[in-house]
Parts: sequence; C-alpha cells; structure tokens
Amino acid sequence: MRKETWKELTIGTINLDAGNSVKNLTGTWRSGKKPQFIEEHCIQCFFCWLYCPHFAILVEDGEVKGINYDYCTGCGICSVECPTKEKAIVMVEEEAELAEGSGK
Amino acid sequence: MSALKTLNGNQSIAEAVRQIDPDVLAAYPITPSTAIVETIAKFKADGMITGEFVCPESEHSAMSVCIGAASAGGRVMTATASQGLALMWEMLYIAAGLRLPIVAAIVNRSMSAPINIHGDHSDTMGARDSGWIQIYSENCQEAYDNFIQAFRIAEHLDVRTPVLVGLDGFIISHSMEVIQVEDDDEVKKFVGEYMPLYPLLDTSHKMTVGSIDFTDYYFEHKRSQLEGIENSPTVIEAVGKEFGQKFGREYGFFEEYRMDDAELCIVVMSSAAGTCKDAIDELRSEGKKVGLLKPRVFRPFPHKKIAEALKEMKAVAVLDRCSSPGAFGAPLFTEIRSGLYDYAERPRIVNYVYGLGGRDIKVEHFKEVASKLEKIAETGTVEEIYGYINLRE
Repeated sequence: MRKETWKELTIGTINLDAGNSVKNLTGTWRSGKKPQFIEEHCIQCFFCWLYCPHFAILVEDGEVKGINYDYCTGCGICSVECPTKEKAIVMVEEEAELAEGSGK
Repeated sequence: MSALKTLNGNQSIAEAVRQIDPDVLAAYPITPSTAIVETIAKFKADGMITGEFVCPESEHSAMSVCIGAASAGGRVMTATASQGLALMWEMLYIAAGLRLPIVAAIVNRSMSAPINIHGDHSDTMGARDSGWIQIYSENCQEAYDNFIQAFRIAEHLDVRTPVLVGLDGFIISHSMEVIQVEDDDEVKKFVGEYMPLYPLLDTSHKMTVGSIDFTDYYFEHKRSQLEGIENSPTVIEAVGKEFGQKFGREYGFFEEYRMDDAELCIVVMSSAAGTCKDAIDELRSEGKKVGLLKPRVFRPFPHKKIAEALKEMKAVAVLDRCSSPGAFGAPLFTEIRSGLYDYAERPRIVNYVYGLGGRDIKVEHFKEVASKLEKIAETGTVEEIYGYINLRE
C-alpha cells in the first residue's frame, strides 16, 4: 500500500478515515498461545465478546461461533472470563491442531 | 469607544479577553498570572462574557480542557506562569501537534528551585521547542495588543498553530500603566469570526483525532506540523501591519531603537527593553553610538531579519533573562550568533544573563554593558563570551 507523503496528510493528524484500524491485523502480534473455542461448552453468555479488547469474537446469527484470528492477540481475557465449569474457550499452543469444529 | 484606561498587565490581558470573548476559557490560577483568571471569573459572574469558564484541578488539566474544547471547534484561551506552564508540558506539544489555535497569556516567571515568584523567561524559554509561536511584550499596551493579534495569527488558515504571549511577571503584570483600550466592536471585528477546520462536534463527518502513529507515519506528521510555524512569518507581519493601520500601533518581528547610525547594539526582550531605551538616550546624549534591538517574536525566530539589522555593528551584547545550563550560551544569544554565522563580516558578540528571579536591571547596568561593548569594539576581541549582570560575584 502506498503511504502518503507529508504534504498529503490532513492538518493536525486528523484522520478522516475513522475506524481504519480495521486494516491493522492485530492478530499478527500474537505469540505463544491462542484461544480455542469449544462450541458444546458454550452457553452463549457473550462474556468473551464483551471483554475482548479487539472485537475478535466471531458472532453469526446472534451466536458466538469462534475466534477471528486476524485480530486476536492471544491475550487470554476471553478464556479467563468464560464462566462455564468446563471452559468454552481454552488457551492452546499456537501450533496446536484445533479440535474439529472449533475456531475459524 | 476607544479609551485610555489605567490597567496593570494582567488587567490588560483580561480586558482583551473580555472584548474577544472566546468560547472556552480554562485556567488554573498561579502567581503572577492569577489576576487574569480572577478578572475573567468576575467578567463571567457579571455576565460580561458568554464563553464557558472552566476551573480544572491543575494546569495540566487546564491545557487538556483547552485541547478538548479546541478540537470540538471552539476558540479557546488560557493563562498561566512558571510551574504552571511546566505542568502543561506534555499537553503543549499535543496542542501544537494537533494544530489547535489555542492562545495563552504567559506571565513570565522563574522556575523553581529555589522557589521564586518573580519575573524571568525560564518558563517560556524552556517551552521553545514545543511548537508554539512565542510573542513577548515590553509593557501593558504591548501585552494587550499582542494578545489581540495572537488570535489572528493562531487562527490563520496557513498557520493554525498555538500562540503564547509573554509579559514579565510583576514588572508588567502588576504595574499600572495608562493604555489605549480599543473599542469593543472594533476589536471583535479585527479578530473576526472563528472557523474551526475539523470540529469534532460536526457529527456528520466521522474522524479520529489524536490517534497513534507508528514508525511509518510519525515523521511525516511532524514534518507537516512545521508548515504552520514556517508559514507564520508572513501572517505575523501582515497582522502587525493591519493592527497598525486600524489602531495606530504597528508591530513587526522586533523593534529598533536609535539604531540608524549605531555601531554598538544591545539586544534585550520584554520589560527590560523599556529601561534600556532610557539608558540609550543617556548614552546618545554623551555622544555614544549605541542602539537597542528588542525582539518581539522569538518563535518563529527571525534569524535573517535580525542578522541583517546587526551585521554592520562593531559589537553586540545579547541579554538573556534565562540561563541555559550546559549550552553554548542562553537561548536568545545562540539564535542570534547562529544567524550571523553566514556573514563573512560580522560583529563581535557577547552574552549576558540578567534579571533571574526578578533581579532588577537598571539604567546604570545597561550603561556598564555599553562600556564593555566599547572595549570589545576597540580591541576587536571578546574576552569572556558569557557573563552576568548585577550578580554578587
């Protein structure tokens, strides 16, 4: 992507393309562990969606469906906040094979 | 109606504030600028101004309020001094980086330690790289005139950069003077309507203010920021001229006093320049060819213009009301000496620090400086490049 020269920038660091942080794939910072979604344990409480600092919880048709790894930084907050006895989100090694039907 | 009024420096600033009536005034009182804030508060209580008057819990918050209000789209001002300006530090850079045309009256006061409430230039000189335009005033009239012009300069579309107006603590802020206060409507007309560029309150256009830049954009944004202050000289000049046409008192980058056939020159800013003029008059009556150059605008620094004015001198003394620990010389001196570097023929130049913590500088001290200049001109050498005036050695 071509980056602007200083003459092309809007005055005062104003960003007229508000919300363009979506172009920053924060998932590229992830190191170590990543969350794994286990659908059968999920009670659809949406705590993970509420707490995720990067909006990386995938929701489809009003239901939590997994993790968007493009933006997930692997912070683990979703797993900590998951209130079920058997966690619906567990942190696994980055290289680990995802269980079938989990994640995206 | 234009009228003569007896006001001190703080009241002169407050009078200009009343006439301009900015949208938001946010300030935390600190000696010797307190009376500005106090007088504005009284104007507000008496219904004489309509602007929002905000009293935050610190100067850091005061400048933060100014930045928020200016981003929202308002015409904004504050006033402070010394430690108060220091507490605003990080926000000064943000105001400049966001290109917000905030205007601040700074009643110049020394920096602690030791704690001292009197006038010197350590506070604003420390902020000289924060990106603000800096204009200094010799007396109450200039403080009033400069403050009015500051809005025009800051808000000009080619500039859009914050401006601070300095006036010396106590010597000017608390000294009564008869000044010409111009007609309310004429001042309002001169300052004009303020048109914000990208006001956050304009919800029909989505935007982000103050977002993060990484290594790939920060440098470009900082370079683009410089455009404002680099464009400002023509605006400062035009506004100073227009002010003169309208109100009869014209302003430039500096004032020259009895410089026409001068061979020796004293360079000094702000209130001390007034005393220096008396000294020059006495020296002239003794047949000595001494003149004064009083810088008014310190940022942007008018290097070329000052060098042109000084290049023919035999000897120049630059007087700083501020020290610059570990530097080659105090701020005004290093700027001027640097500006003269490109001239093959240039005057001998010497730096004297004076008046720290409000220490008096009198006619006799300027005459001592002049006799030192005579010796330097005679011998063609500067023995000590850096010295002090009225210090117990």
